[in-house]
Amino acid sequence: MATETKAHEGAPDTGRRDFLYVAAGAVGAVGVAGAAWPLINQMNPDASVLALASIEFDLASIEEGQSVTIKWRGLPVFVRHRTGAEIDEAKAVPLTDLKDPESDEQRTKPGHEQWLIMIANCTHLGCVPVGESGDFDGWFCPCHGSHYDSAGRIRKGPAPKNLVLPPYTFISDTKVQIG
Amino acid sequence: MASHDSSYVPGSAVEKWLDERLPVIRWSKTHLLDFPTPKNLNYWWTFGGILAVMLVVQIITGIILAMHYTPNVAMAFDSVEHIRRDVNGGRIIQAVHAVGASMFFFAVYVHIFRGLFFGSYKAPREILWILGVLIFVLMMATAFMGYVLPWGQMSFWAATVITNIFAAIPVVGTPVLELLRGGFAVDNATLNRFFSLHYLLPFVIAAVVVLHIWALHVPGNNNPTGVDVKSSRDTLPFHPYFTMKDLFAILVFMIPFAWFVFFAPDLLGHPDNYVMANSQVTPAHIVPEWYFLPFYAILRAIDFNILFIDSKLGGVIFFAGSILVLFFVPWLDTSKVRSGTFRPMFKWFYALFVVNFVLLAYLGASPADANVLGLSVADFSKVCTAYYFLYFFVVLPVLGRIETPKPLPASISESVLGQPAAAE
Ligand code: HEM
Ligand code: FES
Repeated sequence: MATETKAHEGAPDTGRRDFLYVAAGAVGAVGVAGAAWPLINQMNPDASVLALASIEFDLASIEEGQSVTIKWRGLPVFVRHRTGAEIDEAKAVPLTDLKDPESDEQRTKPGHEQWLIMIANCTHLGCVPVGESGDFDGWFCPCHGSHYDSAGRIRKGPAPKNLVLPPYTFISDTKVQIG
Repeated sequence: MASHDSSYVPGSAVEKWLDERLPVIRWSKTHLLDFPTPKNLNYWWTFGGILAVMLVVQIITGIILAMHYTPNVAMAFDSVEHIRRDVNGGRIIQAVHAVGASMFFFAVYVHIFRGLFFGSYKAPREILWILGVLIFVLMMATAFMGYVLPWGQMSFWAATVITNIFAAIPVVGTPVLELLRGGFAVDNATLNRFFSLHYLLPFVIAAVVVLHIWALHVPGNNNPTGVDVKSSRDTLPFHPYFTMKDLFAILVFMIPFAWFVFFAPDLLGHPDNYVMANSQVTPAHIVPEWYFLPFYAILRAIDFNILFIDSKLGGVIFFAGSILVLFFVPWLDTSKVRSGTFRPMFKWFYALFVVNFVLLAYLGASPADANVLGLSVADFSKVCTAYYFLYFFVVLPVLGRIETPKPLPASISESVLGQPAAAE
């Protein structure tokens, strides 16, 4: 660079030229990034997908020991009416035995312990586990062999976390709002 | 590009006029007809030509399928059935595309393992090898997205499981997952973009193939002895010697291909993919297409936490690593000798690597809670995963230092014709 300027006697100040060069490049890069963002952002969940964010569900028809799978934001959700034995079994587990320690109370709502409401996708890679099976009287994921207990907590296999609880509230004794 | 000069003499006034403006004929003669090719190439070297044919087969049948296919969750499954039952000749064209993907992968595995044995990745062919690995990665992405299009149960759950791999990335995982899917779950938005990209990627592959062949034509072909070409006595023109050899191999390759298409189009597929996608129920035993099985077994093998890395992220790191490591093979292998034929120790480790890879595929297809040869699938997969990585990170670097190679032939000609004295 320096030797080049010497050759051009009386050429404009190269410091200034370099500055303009870098500044123009920087503005150009910001411009390109700004133009690229909407082209990528269009792939994000659209308004019609986001509109399904909250549902109400009536629990009255689910007998003790029964579960149903419902759909929330396109995801399957387990709603299980647990038996007394399942609740006792979940409570008896010491937290130190758990890969992702959570007590049974943290997994349910106070006064509604019989209801276990969880997103039904295995926290490993998203398959839907099979109910009332596995080594811990809960769910077994056939895809890569994860076992969940009667509180939906991961006990064995490659899944790292307990089945995820969606945000939900009881709006009456038999009605929940999910989302 | 090539080291030898063009021997093209335009035969007519029109050819001369064209040659002065766009020398395509000159270029084709140099690169497609006269290209000097080692005369000892064996049939392992015909798979490049086979791969080129398969890419064209997939593109032609794919464009036809797209004329009848509907990328919408309500109609996709039925539209593929419509192709198979109603469209004229659709049964065969759809089968050629579906079986074609398997044949394409079979050929690419042979091609890659050929390179690993004969050291075709070593200097000066590193870029050629890297472009090849890039094509392999693009092929996997293309085939994965194509498999989602018929919108059967396997399609849906493959899409769910594979996109979920991205959720393992720390911090940005979930936003990236939703960006890829276009929703919280795999749904119509996902199917539409996969169709768009499945149409696009084969043309990207074609472009990388052009670079791959360009990078081949700078140093020229490797050969079974791994010894450099020393004189024109070591080579023959590509046409007609190798065009004929390739053509013969292509025809032989077409026999099993046609057998599958005509007699067993579904043998390589999975019956669950004839059940329409259902986001509420996962089939009892999901397995990927056979060509992904070894890598799938590696993903599944990591079912334990490694320090602060949880089992899910660990699985994904090993899965990605098992493919990415291929990019670095040219620098991991320290041996100066290219061909495995002259490497007495390497040969055995290589053979074990091939067996290990097939075992990984077998394990990938086995249910997670089964036993194989008295070991649980989980433990067996860990052993095989370990050897897969040891081969690249320990065997290849160390062998180059401790192994004494056998004497190399002085030239390709000598290896073909025997000692110069005997050849006289
Ligand atoms: C690299 C080349 C390609 C590969 C490896 C590939 C692979 C696949 C696979 C595995 C399937 C699923 C078939 C089944 O299980 O039924 C598929 C489907 C499909 N592909 Fe491709 N493909 C390629 C190129 C193309 C191209 C260029 C198009 C052009 C648009 C295309 C259009 C389609 C369509 C419309 C389907 C859905 C119909 C069906 O399932 O048979 N493909 N592809
Ligand atoms: S998705 Fe459930 S164990 Fe892998």
